[in-house]
Amino acid sequence: MELKRVVVTGIGALTPIGNTLPEYWESLINGVSGAAPITHFDASKFKTQFACEVKGFDPHKYMDRKEARKVDPFVQYAIASTDEAIKDAGLDFDQVDRNRVGVIWGSGIGGLTTFTEEIVNYSKGDGTPRFNPFFIPRMLIDIAPGHISMRHGLRGPNYSAVSACASATHAMIDAFTYIRTGRSDVIITGGSEATVNEAGIGGFNAMHALSTRNDDPKTASRPFDKDRDGFVSGEGSGALVLESLEHALARGAKIYAEIVGGGMSADAHHITASHPEGLGAKLAMTMAIKDAGMDFSDIDYINVHGTSTPVGDVSETKAIVDLFGEHAYKLNISSTKSMTGHLLGAAGAVEAIASIMAVQNDIIPPTINHFTDDPEIDNRLNFTFNKAQKRVVNAALSNTFGFGGHNATIIVKKYQP
Amino acid sequence: MSDIASRVKAIIVEKLGVDENEVAPEASFTNDLGADSLDTVELIMEFEKEFNVAIPDDQAENISTVGQAIDYLEKNVN
Repeated sequence: MELKRVVVTGIGALTPIGNTLPEYWESLINGVSGAAPITHFDASKFKTQFACEVKGFDPHKYMDRKEARKVDPFVQYAIASTDEAIKDAGLDFDQVDRNRVGVIWGSGIGGLTTFTEEIVNYSKGDGTPRFNPFFIPRMLIDIAPGHISMRHGLRGPNYSAVSACASATHAMIDAFTYIRTGRSDVIITGGSEATVNEAGIGGFNAMHALSTRNDDPKTASRPFDKDRDGFVSGEGSGALVLESLEHALARGAKIYAEIVGGGMSADAHHITASHPEGLGAKLAMTMAIKDAGMDFSDIDYINVHGTSTPVGDVSETKAIVDLFGEHAYKLNISSTKSMTGHLLGAAGAVEAIASIMAVQNDIIPPTINHFTDDPEIDNRLNFTFNKAQKRVVNAALSNTFGFGGHNATIIVKKYQP
Repeated sequence: MSDIASRVKAIIVEKLGVDENEVAPEASFTNDLGADSLDTVELIMEFEKEFNVAIPDDQAENISTVGQAIDYLEKNVN
């Protein structure tokens, strides 16, 4: 079977540092932090009282009151960013075969806000079940791609990929594969998450996973810094329109970049801790490079998972040095989570978007908040600390790793006819 | 319009996102006001909450228009 080339023709981004793609990219290259005290709920009794929230989002700009009420925030975010991506792609679904347009969407947790509200409501009663009929359909992860399909009449493959913080990357790789093998022409993909709520912050706090730098939220997400103390919760959504090259060319679409490879693996090690030598991470990166028919030396930029946790940052760094050898020191590396926080199941999407924009614009967004080198980390690597750097970026690789030991890596390349 | 009728109408306007003047007594939730089966269940629950009554399922099945809801509640709310 001849594999089709797959390109990115539309992007939407609703993030803690910008509610549209242009705003997001502008903040990324200017090193803007999205962290601030939590406004979604009263966090005064929580160990962590800040997060990277989406700011100034009005769901009624995208859907009427009735519709907005029936969906969890993670679906509202998904609808907003996919609307932007579809518009950006200039797609008129009346002009294409809707049976060959799919939606494959990632989320790590889904409707946690809905779940929490309903259970709290139940527990306050006398035991009589009075659950809202929209409880289940608001909460389900796969309801996000379901809503997107209904909104636009898209009848191709439709489901969610769920792998915690690797979810959106698994979704994008599936979308890439479906188009590559000729089974769909266009797939709307990406991911969304909305877990800055009591259960989300409280749950991650209980794991000691979150930074507790309450006196200085903006510098709390500091990947690879000696004094990093955990990740910063983020939320939002990233959407991509992937399309076969021939389909994109036939309708004269603009092309951001080409998707050339994906790799997936498991650590088979621990529920939350990454493998100390990054075995699973190395396997996913190696598979992605092979899938793309590239060599390690073809990669110019790695957008790392780099969550700013004490252990994870070390093992990922080791994996990169081990795999890329001397070329590791010629790469640019950055963790854009230093600015966006960790968008969990949506992280892969917003970070793939950062990688695509880096490839398109030849600018590497920085890892902000670097103050002190960590002796545990090989500081000969170029982490693009604190300021964006200009360089030609032909190919970029984006890593995501999820609780459960899931690893997923995707590679994007400059589009050349 | 009775107090009950106006509160019923307010709930319907809020939950179904319809205009107040569409909420006529003979209007059917599903045929005229765009409700699906889940919306209808939610409406009944909202009436129960607002008026502090329990509407048994076999009674709820007979409430499919605005007028039927108002009638039922006027008879069953103290």
